[in-house]
Amino acid sequence: MAGLGRVCLVLALVVCAYGIGASLYGVRRGRPDFTDSGRRSVYALAGILTVAFLVLEIAFLRNDFAFNTVADTSSRTTPLFYRAAAVWSSQEGSLLLWAWLMSLWSSLALFLTRRRMRDVAAYATAILLGFGGFFVSLMIVYATPFATTRPAPAEGAGLDPLLRFPTMMIHPPMLYSGYTLCIIPFAFGMGALLVRRVDAEWIRAIRRFSFAAWLFLGAGILLGARWSYSELGWGGYWGWDAVENASLMPWLTGTAFLHSLMIQEKRGMLKVWNVSLVLATGTLAIMGTFLVRSGVLNSIHAFGGQTLGVPFVILIGVLIAGSIYLVVTRRDMLRSEHRLDSLLSRESIFLANNLVLVGLCFVIFWGTYFPLISEALTGQEASVGPPWFDRYTVPLALILVLLSGIGPVIAWRRATLANARRNFLVPVLVALLTAVVLLSAGVAAKPFAIAMFCCGAFVFASIGGEFFRGVRARRAMAGEAAPVALLSLVRRNRRRYGGYIVHVGIAVLFIGVAASSSFQHAAELGLSPGQSTRVGSYNVRYLRPTATITPKYDAAHTGSTLSLGAVLDVTKGGKHVATLEPSEGYYASDEASQGSVGSLLGGQAVSHVAMDGGITRDVWTAIEPNIETPALKKIVTVGNRTLPPEEAEVAIAYLARAYLKDPPQAQFHFIVSPLVMWIWIGGLIGVGGGLIAIWPAPATVRRRVTVLSRSRAARGLARA
Amino acid sequence: MNPAHKRTVRLTLALSAAVLLASALIYTSFSAASPALTPSQLVRQAQPGRSYQLTGTVVAGSVHRNGAVLDFSVEDRAGGTSVPVAYTGTVPDPFREGREVIVTVEKGGGQYLGERDSLITKCPSKYKTAPPTENQNS
Repeated sequence: MAGLGRVCLVLALVVCAYGIGASLYGVRRGRPDFTDSGRRSVYALAGILTVAFLVLEIAFLRNDFAFNTVADTSSRTTPLFYRAAAVWSSQEGSLLLWAWLMSLWSSLALFLTRRRMRDVAAYATAILLGFGGFFVSLMIVYATPFATTRPAPAEGAGLDPLLRFPTMMIHPPMLYSGYTLCIIPFAFGMGALLVRRVDAEWIRAIRRFSFAAWLFLGAGILLGARWSYSELGWGGYWGWDAVENASLMPWLTGTAFLHSLMIQEKRGMLKVWNVSLVLATGTLAIMGTFLVRSGVLNSIHAFGGQTLGVPFVILIGVLIAGSIYLVVTRRDMLRSEHRLDSLLSRESIFLANNLVLVGLCFVIFWGTYFPLISEALTGQEASVGPPWFDRYTVPLALILVLLSGIGPVIAWRRATLANARRNFLVPVLVALLTAVVLLSAGVAAKPFAIAMFCCGAFVFASIGGEFFRGVRARRAMAGEAAPVALLSLVRRNRRRYGGYIVHVGIAVLFIGVAASSSFQHAAELGLSPGQSTRVGSYNVRYLRPTATITPKYDAAHTGSTLSLGAVLDVTKGGKHVATLEPSEGYYASDEASQGSVGSLLGGQAVSHVAMDGGITRDVWTAIEPNIETPALKKIVTVGNRTLPPEEAEVAIAYLARAYLKDPPQAQFHFIVSPLVMWIWIGGLIGVGGGLIAIWPAPATVRRRVTVLSRSRAARGLARA
Repeated sequence: MNPAHKRTVRLTLALSAAVLLASALIYTSFSAASPALTPSQLVRQAQPGRSYQLTGTVVAGSVHRNGAVLDFSVEDRAGGTSVPVAYTGTVPDPFREGREVIVTVEKGGGQYLGERDSLITKCPSKYKTAPPTENQNS
């Protein structure tokens, strides 16, 4: 099986080399048969990498520990669900996932554009295959997923328990889909510059893929935040970690592009800006991948191996140099067809939105890469923390939310006073009313949170008004009932109203972030059974300890050897609110030196968070039991001395019973956060809006529109 | 004012604003940054009132919980100098003796006070590169 995988990798590299040659030869010599053959090479690459991926996936499912990567990241005790997801937990497996997803998305993009812009597509094919070849080469030279050891180990090290969370199945593929989809507009942008065809057609061709990249990357980031909040024992959803930031940067530039491309489509403006954004987004996606893989920056997410750093630095250098060269040499063709008519226009607001998004990206870029920058400039590595990021990102986020309420309703070219009054009077009044209500409720101490609530209210009123006017117009025209009018309004203008829904989702998300970060109550303390504490307006009482010892059926179904926890009673004003059962899972290690019993507990210990989520607040708890008491340590020591490995679980059972009988004080972490749920709801609204916007208009609607416009034209002609 | 002149003025203003903002960003990043030091560097360079990012390995047998405070020592990766840290806040799941950690500390008396919730632990089981093995067919 491993041999088949290795053959696939070599074959994939050959196909990449052939496809690049065929595409370039075909486009330069005017031989469409060769460019078609180059395009088919991408399909072939997708097929070959699918086989390679299946080989690795089957090895994981069959516990084939002859594969080094399977032995390092899986085990027989790792539940089947997590064995399937363990493929992308290692450096080499995730490289294969990256290359495979890129080949699939590239195939789709080239298939959909097979009859358009053949010269641009030929260069795009060569560039996409270049990326494919780069990643396949990394897997052949530096980190092969198909390296084996004979004889195979009897057991593997197991999947890191921190990764045993259902989101593991979907978060990495989402994020990698986002990254790889960013590469497609990059390739087409480079192709358009190379053949000097920088008209609106290439923008139209890649629009849907830019949107898909934005959607997948956004959903991946959101899932990662949710994972962090629900699984890691710190109770946060964003830590300004280098790898988190790396995924946010291309999302920000991609968002900027999705707005500014409308200006190019409508007015033929911002061509240099747009192509630069596309190229920057693709390069940032590769830089994000580099950051995870190189270990060049300290991150809780990064892979430690330094070997991939040099090839990535070379690739990034080539991408940046090539992008700058092409934009500079083609600048004459990228001149705007129109000028900005007024600062009070939709173009200006979109431009401001772009500047804020790119400014945010620059701030995050500077803060993320600051350790490297400071080392290069001062010889001393230094880093900035979350307060530094917050100082810049909070005000920029406020402006961004405000602009997301202005942009959709302000007129193109030049807004008149009447237009401004009609569109903004109600939203401004709603925002002011929100401020008055909040200030009278006594929350003046958090000015940024209040400002965000007001901006959010402004967005809801502004976009709500736009929906209201649209529905009213449809009812007047077609005589439809309000719900039907709303549906047909969205169905007929998916991109526009899908975008509005995204704006609402983003505003909801930021309101959740502002509320949960500004009005949070937290407590960290030790409690024994029977003791209680107060967190905000909630009372939490430690009722009794819990212990689970069966590996396959532990509380969280993640394969832990022992799980120790607590039953907590949460009350408010004397009334029962929830019963929570946080626990900590202890996993086996592969270190025999820890002894027969010690090795069953000597692996990673992972928090299993318990929370009572609601639309107004979340009560979040995590526990850190103390298993280092003399009595419990003695059980492990005696077990190590007297029990062989096959009987060691007896000592674990004994330890669990001793813990339940005489539970030592456990360390608890409690958080009461308002409106956290709205972060996820806002994210879902945004994703829903994105799906509406990206979904192709039904053929029936297109036909009906065509028929209607024809009949209108006929009536006009008849009148004439 | 003719349109071309107006555009030049606008561009100059916009670029000036961008340069000012970028300067503020750069200045604050250098003034707010914490230098990354190993325990042996920290012992030589630490000044009271200034924060540092301490990087190193948790010393075996040094981890003790004292109420809300977690006491542990961090030593150079190659061994040798170690410094005691008193930390409060969230302890990441992968934290344990022998693991590589990064924690923001300030000098306080004879020990170093860890900044709340600043402890980061790298987990070797996930982040290692596969070691070369005998009979490897790659």
